[in-house]
Amino acid sequence: MENRVIYTENLTKRFGNFTAVDHISFEVEKGEIFGFLGANGAGKTTAMRMLCGLSHPTSGKGSVAGFDIAREPEKVKQNIGYMSQKFSLYEDLKVWENLRLFGGIYGMKDKKIVSKTNEILQELGLEKERETLVKSLPLGWKQKLSFSVSIFHEPKVVFLDEPTGGVDPVTRRQFWELIYQAAERGITVFVTTHYMDEAEYCDRVSIMVDGKIEALDSPKNLRQQFGATTMDDVFQQLARKATRKAD
Amino acid sequence: MKQFRSFVRKEYYHIFRDKRTMLILLAMPIVQILLFGFAITTEVKDVKVAVFDPSKDASTQLIKERINTSEYFTIAEELTDIDQINDIFKYGKINLVVVFSDNFAENLLHTGEAKVQLIADGTDPNQASTLTGYVSGILGSYQQELMEQYKVPFQVIPETRMLYNPQLKSAYNFVPGVMGLILMLICAMMTSIAIVREKETGTMEILLSSPMKPIYIILAKAVPYFTLSIVNLITILLLSVFVLGVPVSGSLFWLAILSLLFVFVALALGLFISTLVNTQMAAMLASGMGLMMPIMLLSGMMFPIESMPPILQWISTIVPARWYIEAVKKIMIQGVAVQYIAKELAIIGIMAISLIMLALSKFKTRLS
Repeated sequence: MENRVIYTENLTKRFGNFTAVDHISFEVEKGEIFGFLGANGAGKTTAMRMLCGLSHPTSGKGSVAGFDIAREPEKVKQNIGYMSQKFSLYEDLKVWENLRLFGGIYGMKDKKIVSKTNEILQELGLEKERETLVKSLPLGWKQKLSFSVSIFHEPKVVFLDEPTGGVDPVTRRQFWELIYQAAERGITVFVTTHYMDEAEYCDRVSIMVDGKIEALDSPKNLRQQFGATTMDDVFQQLARKATRKAD
Repeated sequence: MKQFRSFVRKEYYHIFRDKRTMLILLAMPIVQILLFGFAITTEVKDVKVAVFDPSKDASTQLIKERINTSEYFTIAEELTDIDQINDIFKYGKINLVVVFSDNFAENLLHTGEAKVQLIADGTDPNQASTLTGYVSGILGSYQQELMEQYKVPFQVIPETRMLYNPQLKSAYNFVPGVMGLILMLICAMMTSIAIVREKETGTMEILLSSPMKPIYIILAKAVPYFTLSIVNLITILLLSVFVLGVPVSGSLFWLAILSLLFVFVALALGLFISTLVNTQMAAMLASGMGLMMPIMLLSGMMFPIESMPPILQWISTIVPARWYIEAVKKIMIQGVAVQYIAKELAIIGIMAISLIMLALSKFKTRLS
């Protein structure tokens, strides 16, 4: 119970006749890196929005960081970080101003914000860019900064929605190192991605097809189970069954 | 509270760092006031007049002199042939032609009647009627003098009087209009664009997944634009008093209260628009077409509401700026006491409350 950071049971979201998320049940443990895969339109984003307290479930149960997502969305929000697939820092704010803003939004103490800012800038090697407007940073740096912002307030869980879209392989590698570091500190990472090599980096992976979770295990076990050599193979086998059109 | 402060600070950064937009927002009221005050005006000045004078006698000479020396007219051309009149407006230099009859002075003295024809370019009916009005005035005063001179008994001469002030100051009409326009523009348009921008860049999602309450996001957005509109309001009032010479005759306090209420209406409208659209472009169009046009056309700023067809008059009652501009005219120009604008205050107040409620409930349902 202590270690169960995310928990869902028959979590469902319907929009009219359309069932975007269809009775999904899973658990994620503390410090785990959980890959949440699925083709476009499979219901990943909707599921993630419910877990973040942005969308109210139609039926079923779910809890994040020990709080019920339907009844206590505010408490859920206090304990999670979120990084969307669009790059989402304020471009016309300086690097440190972005950090201070999000520290402030999560109600962190000023002193804590200052020390944490220094710490993060050092970690990312961005000390010299402290006063730079975010818009003039290269995309890779923006993405790393964006991740740092999402875990700035030390949340229990961080949700990453396709965080590495559009960046080069080297930067992606560096980005995953940041994810590992966060997981080592005990932050649970819930990540969606389209890159199957990234799926291999996850502790466990779930694959959604047409709103349902069709497979859930470690990448190694999944490969064995489907008799595939790569996660890409596994994904292809499952995604082919989809009847729903991508959006 | 700390959340709120961090957020308001961020909003100020957004505005101050976008130098071009800020310049536009601060300069716009100045430009508009000066434009409406000086350039776009219904007053006539230095109008070029052509004269056809076949009789060339003392009377016509005197009238021509009077026309020429008035501040409104300059006689630019003496026509020699009556047929020239047909083409004269086509060149666009002449706005009015004065045609005297043959044997003008003789007729006037012997039969007591002489004819003058005024021909104006009717494509601009307002200007045409103003011009003919002014010339009739000059003719009328000449007639009056003649009568006193010759003491012709029992002849009733209609007194020609300008019902519109010859020195008509359009500023009296435009200052309240510009106030309504600017406040609406800044509060509604800029607020809606600022909120929609966050949706467009994806930062709204991040904010909504944070513990920041949606209502605070909205309020924080409104604060800087609120400040900006106050700055603009002060600029407009200073300009109107010291540059255009339009005084604040009534209570400044009530003018401020009235404007504040109107600002709330505008903010609520901006918020409402932001819940309806998803792109900055759409927000701009919606506030441009949905707010600016009605203010320009239906608020009484440019066209008097009384002379509109009933259906438009009816529509104009739901344009908040109509009531605001009307009340500002009363309290600022006419200097009436507050009870005379009670109706407008009440209407704007009700509009403010119901719009804010509507916008907030719409905003909430959009989230879930």
